[in-house]
Amino acid sequence: MLWLDALLAVTLLITAVLALASPSLFRAVVLFIVFGLLMALVWVRLEAPDIALAEAAIGAGLTGVLLLDTLGYLHGQRDVADEEEGAG
Amino acid sequence: MNPRTVCAAVMCGMLVGLLGLAITMRPEAVITLPERVAAELSRSGVSHPVTAVLLNFRSLDTLLEIGVLLLAVVVAYALRETQADPADRMGLDNRLLHAVIAWLFPLMLLVAGYLLWAGATRPGGAFQAGALLAAAGVLLRLAGIRPSDFAHTLGARAVLVFGLAVFLAVGLGAMAVGGHFLEYPPAWASPFIFGVELALMLSIGFALFSLFELAPPHPVSNKGARERSET
Repeated sequence: MLWLDALLAVTLLITAVLALASPSLFRAVVLFIVFGLLMALVWVRLEAPDIALAEAAIGAGLTGVLLLDTLGYLHGQRDVADEEEGAG
Repeated sequence: MNPRTVCAAVMCGMLVGLLGLAITMRPEAVITLPERVAAELSRSGVSHPVTAVLLNFRSLDTLLEIGVLLLAVVVAYALRETQADPADRMGLDNRLLHAVIAWLFPLMLLVAGYLLWAGATRPGGAFQAGALLAAAGVLLRLAGIRPSDFAHTLGARAVLVFGLAVFLAVGLGAMAVGGHFLEYPPAWASPFIFGVELALMLSIGFALFSLFELAPPHPVSNKGARERSET
């Protein structure tokens, strides 16, 4: 299963870099959720299913929902500054 | 190139090198914790080592974690009280969502109960079960089903502190029968752990859901439309 582990490690790193470097906040949040789900798979491969469950439920699920909610709030508040956000 | 960038790059490189060294040149462990856990497992009241550590051997850590979570919710309440409740900011009037929730919601409650019960013998436990309960609550909220003004009643606060209260009561009860704080008598450990986990599941589930529910109202109501246009 070495190829699966290598694939997971590489994808995890790529997702992390993309999430951090993404200029669009919405895309960054979605990538963060993807990162959390991949991380849960990594925990399973590391034989830590307890942490995998918690990561999938809290790290990817609830944190993702909270971040999306925050994003909606920010968009509502900064109606005019939408283009600036896309650039920054 | 900017000297600052070069400096940062050199320092990052050194940090990566140090981390690599730390991973490759690990010192031998003085105490092998897995062995000690395995040796004491039969006295812990559960047969899954992770649950035994979380709720028996190191239950003080778990107790403090619950305290931290409760503190976060209290802060969320404090920040939220200053703003008026919105009419309803996220009721998605979607028939498919309602139909799916009708199937999913009971299933999620069932799986949460199973995870709690499974925690004694295999991966699972109060945190995972609580997170699942919270997710079920969030789904209901997204469908526009709202537990009226439950968040601001005494009952809601009682549910929030229930887990910590039961945990403390069990810990002090252990002291009353002659042990140390949170040192369960081995014969009683199993029901104690299950009782504490049940209370924790309810509190954790409601606390995580409250963090979502207590988010400030959206200043503009047509947010959903714009979010969709952005994607």
